[in-house]
Amino acid sequence: MSETILEAKGLKVHYPTKRGPIHAVDGVDFDLQIGETLGVVGETGCGKSTLGKSILGLLPPGTEVGGSLKFRDRELLKLRPAEFRKLRGEEMALIFQDPMTRLDPLMTIRDHFLETIHVHRAELSKAEAIELAAEALRSMGIPRSRLNHYPHEFSGGMRQRIMIAMAVVLKPKLLVADEPTTALDVIVEAQILDILRDLKRAYGMSLVLITHNLGIVAEVCDRTVVMYAGKFAELGSVNDVFKKPIHPYTQGLLASTIHLETKELRSIDGLPPSLLSPPSGCRFHPRCTYAKDICVREEPAMIEYRPGHFAACHFGRDFV
Amino acid sequence: MTDAPLLEITDLKVHFPIKTSAIQAMGRGVLRRLQGARAEAQDDRLLHPRVHAVDGVSFRVGRGEILGLVGESGCGKTTTGRTVLRLLEPTEGRIVFEGEDLTHRKEDELRPFRRRMQIVFQDPHAALNPGMTIGQAIMDALLLHETRDLGEAKHATLRVMDEVGLTPAEDLFSKYPVDLSGGQKQRAVLARAIILRPSLLVADEPVAMLDMSIRARILELLLELRNRYGLAYLFITHDLATAKFVCDRIAIMYLGRIVETGPTDAIFRDPKHPYTRALLAAIPIPQPGLVRVRTLPRGEVPDAIFPPAGCRFHPRCPVVLPTCGWEGHDFVDYLDQRRLNPEQAAADEAAIGEAEGWHSDLFEARRRVRDQDPTTVASYVESILPQALEAMRRAVAGVDVVGDEVVVRFRKPDPLLPKNVEGRLVECLLY
Repeated sequence: MSETILEAKGLKVHYPTKRGPIHAVDGVDFDLQIGETLGVVGETGCGKSTLGKSILGLLPPGTEVGGSLKFRDRELLKLRPAEFRKLRGEEMALIFQDPMTRLDPLMTIRDHFLETIHVHRAELSKAEAIELAAEALRSMGIPRSRLNHYPHEFSGGMRQRIMIAMAVVLKPKLLVADEPTTALDVIVEAQILDILRDLKRAYGMSLVLITHNLGIVAEVCDRTVVMYAGKFAELGSVNDVFKKPIHPYTQGLLASTIHLETKELRSIDGLPPSLLSPPSGCRFHPRCTYAKDICVREEPAMIEYRPGHFAACHFGRDFV
Repeated sequence: MTDAPLLEITDLKVHFPIKTSAIQAMGRGVLRRLQGARAEAQDDRLLHPRVHAVDGVSFRVGRGEILGLVGESGCGKTTTGRTVLRLLEPTEGRIVFEGEDLTHRKEDELRPFRRRMQIVFQDPHAALNPGMTIGQAIMDALLLHETRDLGEAKHATLRVMDEVGLTPAEDLFSKYPVDLSGGQKQRAVLARAIILRPSLLVADEPVAMLDMSIRARILELLLELRNRYGLAYLFITHDLATAKFVCDRIAIMYLGRIVETGPTDAIFRDPKHPYTRALLAAIPIPQPGLVRVRTLPRGEVPDAIFPPAGCRFHPRCPVVLPTCGWEGHDFVDYLDQRRLNPEQAAADEAAIGEAEGWHSDLFEARRRVRDQDPTTVASYVESILPQALEAMRRAVAGVDVVGDEVVVRFRKPDPLLPKNVEGRLVECLLY
């Protein structure tokens, strides 16, 4: 029996600027089941990182949020920063793209762990906390003797494994990984993805994986959303979205992805729009080869074309 | 001779010294003496450490050919690319371009060649001067090398902008980099590189910074320019899929060496070097449901200051042989590896002390034993060797007691030479 751990309804995130609000996430609906991995793909500036930050309550002060975002039946958008801090690290955790900038160069790995554990489990003694840390590190293939080392003494892949160990040390229910392997080489990337898969299996964790790499989504995720200019273009099982894409943007993205089987490349004309003044109607219409009048006038709704497979396109039926 | 290569690189080495003060170097020497190291040629490697960024690389690029130089970060591909253009000084080796040896040419002698060999960098945002219009930036090279006539230069600039798809050229000519998108900037950089009609273009990750939907068009433009002008590329990338799409031949680099070179089709159809195989197996493929059985190499790329002996891939290789270059360092790593198991860690520490007490000296690992009987330590070491990787265990020549030291000695590796295997050059003892 699947159970929903995270649910967004009409979620909006706008960054106010002098030139008007930036519509980074502009009304999206999704849910995440326990033990499920959801991929969020899209190009630079489509709002996928903002989506991740809103789940973790890491949006900059002054950001305007709307709609609803529920984590285990608690409304995240209404949480105060102190409540969010309690939740983060304990029930949900984040893995960043660049581990070097997230570790304090003046703190040993042990101090990093102690800090995290102390915030949430003040009742644990130092020795118990170190035991927890050593166990988390060991599960990532790093011996406990390295607890005394500083971040610069580790390679990039090891640092990322340390970050993951810190994220999962308190066994959170939800993990948000924002481009967790983009700074790494392919072999280390594959090692890290194997680790994430094992973790999911071992702890039944739910994972939101934000990436621009379609290959990673296909290999690791159960379902995926394709984001374009702050909106969802398509949402469905990885199998449906990759093999039977409906939205012309998804089709274009898949066709322009270079992979080992690529024979012929296609590209999408034009450029992603500015989130300051997104196009009217369907945001993809200026770049869409199938666009008609209605695409300029009316915003398409997310329609379920197959069980669990949604797309926001006026002519979705033509592509099913 | 028509089949002479456009570019021929022979045994190129580029080493970067690590700056240490004389006192640091002396201190290190004294420390090592205290630890019991003998004064050997080995000491030079330790007292004057150098990053072996490129360490004996040979390849050729024919006219109009696209050679891919593919490898992970830190493998030396970018250093190779820059040294080919003499933007970095080679430590050893030979660079022959259009039949002329450029290895030791002085800067002013290089100038006439510079217009024949150009470079395109990864980051188009950083490659363009924000204070110069696009037109000025592209025209600059022409004014420097070819003509002083502004009208003529502008005319040629507009034409080349048209060729790379920077249209309307007339409008974009007076725009600044800030007004252009990433893809357009990379086109401008390309226009600037080809305006002097070079015969060789070193393209260093030219599409890595661009979004997927834009990458394809830049790659197509590169192919088009090759077809139109017979331009040759040294195409440097970490992305095997991109390399497969553009390159005629591919050279796979690992830690300063080329491990496999061959026609693109052959390398992707049937990779020979275990490292090439590992790279190919690691690439995520956007096909859901695809079941892939793969053995990923252990660990990560080692330090280029002390690259592994023998084949540099040996400590990570899934099919490694006893003759591949096992050395003292590998034994110390093995001790470190054993600590992942808490029971083994405790037993090891009680019997032979901390792994830090061991130090490696090329084909030996040694530890000074003071408060124990060295022979018991030696026999414990022998007792844990059978649990090590078989290839490493079989490479151990002996565990000896020399004075108060325990020494683990390894056999010397077999010489490693590139061999021709089914139409490609492979540097691996399997063949």
